[in-house]
Amino acid sequence: MFSVYLKEIKSFFSGIIGYLVIIVFFAINGIFLWIVPETNIYATGYATLDQLFEIAPWVFLFLVPAITMRTFSEERKSGTFEILLTKPVNDLQLLLGKYFASITLIAISILPTLIYYYSVYHLAVPVGNVDSGGIWGSYIGLLLLGSSYAAIGIFTSVITDNQIIAFIISMLLSFFFYLLLDLLRGLIVISPIDPVLEYLSINTHYISISRGVLDSRDLLYFISFSALFIVIAKMIIEKRKW
Amino acid sequence: MKILACYTLPTSGEAYVNGISIYDQPLKIRQTIGYLPEQNPLYNDLYVIEYLEFLYRLHHLKGNRKKRIAEMIEMTGLGDEKHKKIGQLSKGYRQRVGLAQSLIHNPDVLILDEPTSGLDPNQIVDIRNLIREIGKTRTVLLSSHILQEVQAICSRIIIIDKGKIVADDITEKLLKMPVSLATVRVRFKNTVEKESLSSLPVKDILYKDNYWFITSEDAEIREKIYEFAVSSGNIILELSQETGNLEQIFQQLTQKP
Repeated sequence: MFSVYLKEIKSFFSGIIGYLVIIVFFAINGIFLWIVPETNIYATGYATLDQLFEIAPWVFLFLVPAITMRTFSEERKSGTFEILLTKPVNDLQLLLGKYFASITLIAISILPTLIYYYSVYHLAVPVGNVDSGGIWGSYIGLLLLGSSYAAIGIFTSVITDNQIIAFIISMLLSFFFYLLLDLLRGLIVISPIDPVLEYLSINTHYISISRGVLDSRDLLYFISFSALFIVIAKMIIEKRKW
Repeated sequence: MKILACYTLPTSGEAYVNGISIYDQPLKIRQTIGYLPEQNPLYNDLYVIEYLEFLYRLHHLKGNRKKRIAEMIEMTGLGDEKHKKIGQLSKGYRQRVGLAQSLIHNPDVLILDEPTSGLDPNQIVDIRNLIREIGKTRTVLLSSHILQEVQAICSRIIIIDKGKIVADDITEKLLKMPVSLATVRVRFKNTVEKESLSSLPVKDILYKDNYWFITSEDAEIREKIYEFAVSSGNIILELSQETGNLEQIFQQLTQKP
């Protein structure tokens, strides 16, 4: 698993993808946080990073599929999948190696935004008067949200050898689980499936963690969410192989 | 080959590598074989050394990693190209990287699918020598449509026609197989017209550098040529039967009447 993981990381940074993801994430969030008049930090008048954590899931909606779309599609298209499957690694190790490599890239792309935290920390009056707990919780929530997107992305990359299709489907699926489920709740106001939809929506758990409370139920949700998609992906690989 | 490499499962039947069934322990088999697919897929965005390091880790090899990789580079003659990206390499060097891929874990069995396809003549000779060198110490299973290549490299030949084995023997024995379609090389003293030779039971006649190459299905074609020469008052200076080559044997075995 580690070998696959290492190779993926090397692949990210031997091309332009890795750097592009980091720069784009940093830049788009920076633009919304500091420059765009409606959403910038001065407009709200509070020393918070709430805007960052509202925009970041949307940016990830584009970036994470871009990271994950090539993981399996490219291997299948170029035929290197045949090499991988004739090496002594099992399918789960392959999937997890690529999954954790994607998460690592997501984590690395989040890192530079700590500069924003530092800035806000010093902008606050008095200095340091920020909701640090909430911010750290939000960072963890963001990483978990990214990992859910990554699991979806890996799954869609397994189904098709066309990267563009993988990108679009994983974006749609991510959007569906992030917000659409939540929006559906608004349509069906009182209904027995309402709590189910609420529980299934990534947004519910993201917001819950953003408050700075690390609830084991939310953690369990994120872990099982990723596990579900990885397991389905594994079943598909096995089926395709034979 | 894909089945033996544990890439696909057979629709029916069993397959064993070194006595291990592909159903029971595919991971163990994968550890003991080296496999080079026909298209030789590679990661174009990795450096040669990075790729070999990846494979080294993938096989959970122990020992000195740098030393082993240096050995592989030395063995496959990649020395000048080791700091290039795989995507920049020529076809011949890509094939060497592919061979290094299949050899890095020192496999007992090496499965090569058309290893010399698409290479120029010099590269073909290089790769063949390399395969012959490797084959001294381990089993190499090689598939090829170039029969001279098979004749030159392999010690045992299996001919498969539409999924059925039609011949399986060591190379020398297979080459001695009687060929019904024989070619005879003749040199006459006086000039002979092609039309007059056509009276013989021949399939194909070719004239080249004073020699006639007569191909016939008749087993007694040499006697008939002698009789022909006597009756037309000609003298035979040379007459010899061309040794059956693998191509003729292959054609004979796979072409059903």
